[in-house]
Amino acid sequence: MSFYEVLKEYKDFDFEEFFARIKPADVKRVLAKDRLDGRDYLVLLSPPAEAFLEEMAQKAHRLTVQHFGRTVLLYTPLYISDYCVNSCLYCGFKAENPIKRKKLSPEEVEAEARLIASTGLKHVLVLTGESRRHSPVSYIKECVEVLKKYFTSIGIEIYPLWEEEYAELVWAGVDGITIYQEVYDEEVYAQLHPAGPKRDFVFRLDAPERACRAGMRTANVGALLGLNDWRREAFFTGLHACYLQDAFPAVEVSISPPRLRPHLGSFEPRVRVTDKNLVQYILAFRLFMPRGGITISTRERPELRDRLVLLGATRMSAGSCTAVGGRVQKEGAGQFDISDDRSVAEVAAMLYSRGYQPVYKDWQYL
Amino acid sequence: MKDLSCDFLEIGGQKLKSRLFLGTGKFSSNRLIPEAVKASGAQVVTVALRRVDPGFEEENIASYVPKECILMPNTSGARNAAEAVRIARLAREAGCGNWVKIEVITDNRYLLPDNYETIKATEILASEGFVVLPYVSPDLTVARKLVEAGAAAVMPLGAPIGSNRGLRTKELVRILVEEIPLPVIVDAGLGRPSEAAEAMEMGVAAVLVNTAIATAGDPVAMARAFGLAVEAGRLAYLAGPGEVVEYARASSPLTGFLREE
Repeated sequence: MSFYEVLKEYKDFDFEEFFARIKPADVKRVLAKDRLDGRDYLVLLSPPAEAFLEEMAQKAHRLTVQHFGRTVLLYTPLYISDYCVNSCLYCGFKAENPIKRKKLSPEEVEAEARLIASTGLKHVLVLTGESRRHSPVSYIKECVEVLKKYFTSIGIEIYPLWEEEYAELVWAGVDGITIYQEVYDEEVYAQLHPAGPKRDFVFRLDAPERACRAGMRTANVGALLGLNDWRREAFFTGLHACYLQDAFPAVEVSISPPRLRPHLGSFEPRVRVTDKNLVQYILAFRLFMPRGGITISTRERPELRDRLVLLGATRMSAGSCTAVGGRVQKEGAGQFDISDDRSVAEVAAMLYSRGYQPVYKDWQYL
Repeated sequence: MKDLSCDFLEIGGQKLKSRLFLGTGKFSSNRLIPEAVKASGAQVVTVALRRVDPGFEEENIASYVPKECILMPNTSGARNAAEAVRIARLAREAGCGNWVKIEVITDNRYLLPDNYETIKATEILASEGFVVLPYVSPDLTVARKLVEAGAAAVMPLGAPIGSNRGLRTKELVRILVEEIPLPVIVDAGLGRPSEAAEAMEMGVAAVLVNTAIATAGDPVAMARAFGLAVEAGRLAYLAGPGEVVEYARASSPLTGFLREE
């Protein structure tokens, strides 16, 4: 079984016709339910549900507090290499971009780790571009060995691997995987990924499943918002998360709703995803998967992130830098521009001011 | 008249006055923990080892547990017995004492415990000298195996963690209270002080509460309310509640004629 089978069931599904038939009473009926199915989730993502955002928010807030308490886990991304053989039209690291590529040595990884650890963070997310030549699994393992000295939870956001490779990384100390499908529409995916191994839609789609089978504790999936109709992408992201939770009940499954940010290159978002759209997505997902994690990165601006804490966010990045070695060297081209450049301490202070406990550590390497 | 002055709960060689155990995972600030402990009178406080961070005193959840309390690390995040055992050992190495609440969960939707793995972990940890309090779905056979494995108490859930749905497992918990020669502590699901009192009235030894207190509008006041309810329920249990009957006792329609003799 693969989530691809689920996706195929929706190949000819007429979303517009489905949305056109939704009445306010349908939204109210879903809001009154305790457990939502996929169609209920789609009702909450529909245009008619926009009239019920406050009701959705009240329920989403209640569910989030019930299941997660008033707490938000903090983590930060660490870019260790930007070598990449893909040509994703929307990415600052794509192979054609004439940037000076860099890959951190173990010593440089340690220098970055020391700086991050000094902020109190214990969760780090390791990122690379896709290059099996420059950043093979062995290199990632080498970096993990260094990072283990400073962090109690190490996640990876790298190119898709085979199950055995994920198992190797789990054994080395990695406990979480983040991998965005970017676009769940296969045709749009093909247009946006004209060259490189990332063209293989299904290999990427099945990556979180392989990672979970290999023993990852957490899996985070997402679509890059702005590349295709956001309602469909939000829908399939939610279904993907739900599919993983069903298949791997012990894994902590979460989603990210990243919106496309400016980056080196000239790609313009194909679809505008407003704050209101983003909020509707987050609320609908929370009601669909009350215990699902929701990760909000520094792609979003401070004033919006601060409000999303009350609407369902459970994990936030802080003190982010999207350039390889950028914390130490204070230079280099990032994968994209961040919108919230507050320090970890500033984000923590914001959480406290809103009546939330910033959580620096929520896993213990065993 | 009965009172609670000489009523103690004995676990792991400790005599506890308070029968309310407090969880800590969901407070909006670690700084509320000592206040909630004080207001509730709790003497046993559970903390997930995954959240314990000895290197960061200011944000270390364990450092907010008052020193006079028994710190009971829990194995939140363990997916099998081996991980639970590993977490318990790490907790002891980190100076968290030798009490441990075993929590083995392989279901992220309802957070229901894996009884089988919990029994295995209990056996190993009890043999290593831990005071083991396993969190389980209420089941008589499982509870008996936990007794054999050396558990110090049995902690059946009242309803899924964080659900605030109350003592939904009442009949099964009642059987454990009647049959198991260990303290039975209702852990998880209690949403209201009245539900804690209800559990205590039926003879459970203690209750463990987190969500209902930590996520209340005023957590400290709710901690106090739970403390009072647990005491009231315990006293009611000791006092021996009257029998519940479904009809008035004024007449004896079937045997009244006997009085005429």
